[in-house]
Amino acid sequence: MSIYGDSTKASSGTNYLTHTRGFLSWALTLDHKRIGVMYLVSVLTAFFFAGMAAMALRLELIAPGEWFLSQDNYNQMFTVHGALMVFLVLIPAVPAAMGNFVLPIMLGAKDVAFPRLNLFSYWLWVTGALFFVLALLTGGLDTGWTFYTPYSIEGDDHMSGAMGGVIPALTGAFVLGFSSIFTGLNFIVTIHRLRPPGMTWFRMPLFLWAIYATAIIQVMATPILGITLALLIVERAFGIGIFNPALGGDPVLYQHFFWFYSHPAVYIMILPGMGIISELISVHSHKHIFGYRFIAFSSVAIAIFGFLVWGHHMFTSGQSPLMNIMFSAITFSVSIPSAIKVFNWLATLYKGSISLNTPMLYALSFLFIFTIGGLTGLHLGTLATDIHLHDTYFVVAHFHYVMMGSAMIAMFGGLHHWWPKITGRMYNETLGRIACGLVFFGFNATFFTQFILGSKGMPRRYADYSAELMGAENFEIFHFWHFWSTIGSFVMALGFFLMLGYLVHSMFKGRQAPDNPWGGGSLEWQCSSPPPHDNFSEPPTVGDCYDYSMLEWDEKIQGYHRREEAATSGE
Amino acid sequence: MTDRTPAETEHAEHAGHHEVGHIVSVKFLFATCAALLVLTMLTVAAAQVDFTKYGLPEMNIVVALAIAVVKASLVCLFFMHLFWDRPINAYIIIVALAFVGIFIAFAMTDTFEYRADQQQYERVELKGGDSKDVQTKLLELQTP
Repeated sequence: MSIYGDSTKASSGTNYLTHTRGFLSWALTLDHKRIGVMYLVSVLTAFFFAGMAAMALRLELIAPGEWFLSQDNYNQMFTVHGALMVFLVLIPAVPAAMGNFVLPIMLGAKDVAFPRLNLFSYWLWVTGALFFVLALLTGGLDTGWTFYTPYSIEGDDHMSGAMGGVIPALTGAFVLGFSSIFTGLNFIVTIHRLRPPGMTWFRMPLFLWAIYATAIIQVMATPILGITLALLIVERAFGIGIFNPALGGDPVLYQHFFWFYSHPAVYIMILPGMGIISELISVHSHKHIFGYRFIAFSSVAIAIFGFLVWGHHMFTSGQSPLMNIMFSAITFSVSIPSAIKVFNWLATLYKGSISLNTPMLYALSFLFIFTIGGLTGLHLGTLATDIHLHDTYFVVAHFHYVMMGSAMIAMFGGLHHWWPKITGRMYNETLGRIACGLVFFGFNATFFTQFILGSKGMPRRYADYSAELMGAENFEIFHFWHFWSTIGSFVMALGFFLMLGYLVHSMFKGRQAPDNPWGGGSLEWQCSSPPPHDNFSEPPTVGDCYDYSMLEWDEKIQGYHRREEAATSGE
Repeated sequence: MTDRTPAETEHAEHAGHHEVGHIVSVKFLFATCAALLVLTMLTVAAAQVDFTKYGLPEMNIVVALAIAVVKASLVCLFFMHLFWDRPINAYIIIVALAFVGIFIAFAMTDTFEYRADQQQYERVELKGGDSKDVQTKLLELQTP
């Protein structure tokens, strides 16, 4: 007998996908699972467009000279790529898409605390996305995703011409900020107020700790982005001198404002990914997570330290030497909680019974890539080496190792891990592994080459690297590595299209997913796949979510089930 | 949008338990208001004192800010009910204020650090006759 009564037998009745039908039943839904799915589809759509922009950039750089994009188009293209990836993809990808679906079920709640606010935050995301479309239609922008002054206050005719897209893009980012704040607020309240009896703080799965730490950053840091963008809009629209030195403003102050949000935002992107990895490593090693409390508290520590290091983005922008030294020192301290996580994951793997399923392959890719991404951060956090490396491809490679290679890889790991739960279908495991391999090798080919490019002095954001521009000797080196970087990006794209193919195929032709295909111990694996509308028909009984001793493989259902005696003695 | 979420159904079931927020007597609120007014007068009075006579030229701003902190605390504690709320709400406001403080302190330290250069630059630019002259002066400024 199941400890959750009828909820596990929902496959005979309706689930959240079949509960109601029609477009409005989705568009106006208050169900966290449907909102999560809508976020997922929207975020992946934005990921497709941002990815296409990246492919265009890489294609331009495969050979010297202007052959595919003009220099202006190149500038606009990297701005679009960066802005879409940061504001529309990375920030909402894990918390809003995965978090919305998984958080209440993992917690044992029936929904988030404020379902209407949740729906509102989704439609704010859509509104923000539309503003970005408007920005492209009104002339685009070439400021880079950071909207640095003075680029973003240049150009006299504000609503037309080459820079007409600045104000719509700023408005879009402003609106998306609110979407993010509401999601964070909702999750904080949900975790505080809707835990069922027995779900103490230290029984929560580590994904929830990570989402909680993320939510604190979202609520505390995102208002600063709102203020910054509002000041910039006022300055651009009305010519009030805040950041423009010609009007008595201070452009470095803009960077202070911007990075006071945007550095913590880096942790909004990576922390939930780290939470996913904690789940994947433990479940697919079938071993209790090592150092639970250390991982939990390191999430909170990262959230706090993340607020104190923003100046490391400004070492060469005229920031005072005193601040440079302070920020450099604090930056090194962030590596402590990050390293705590990595060592605990490795210790979890040690002597585990590792299944190399697709989600686990993504988790292992994350470990490899994040370690490189993190360690190369030390080169950039050191003042002396940063003078050489700043604004080169080394920086580009570093943050892609952390953002793309870690945050997005973790997101795809989570997507594969919870796909059976979300859709009720299993995808083709072999194709999943092949796609993961393509993404992993493609990614490293694309970006490891860029570490070399950067250390050889190739500046970032250049549309060209011809011999006249760079000198004959440099040209040879740059051309070689740019060529292989572009080849790598095509391999990675192939992996993503393959993934799209087998995931869509699985929705129609995939094998019916068992309730617990991987042998997970947290609560979402104890309701049906897909879950019923209200998750649990009665408050679930909470135990140690990393205790796998009660689970055993059942050949008949091709999944795990709880041992009978364990289930009865547990009650 | 007519369907009710499970969480809402749950909330509705507990609707009878809804507490009205903590109520503060009008007398108490007026007393707080009076204290704020007295402190405002104190601020004005303290502004009249010339601390330079006692060798403390920056004391005026210190006194004014100290009184302002007391007043803000009164507002947060009693008008905003933090005094009766659970401590978590107080922690949240303190942490938020601390972060605002950190941001302003760091950014201001930085601004002050290069303010002198900026002013020198402005002076050169304003006084400089032909552009060549300005360029030479700027180069001089840049070389330590």
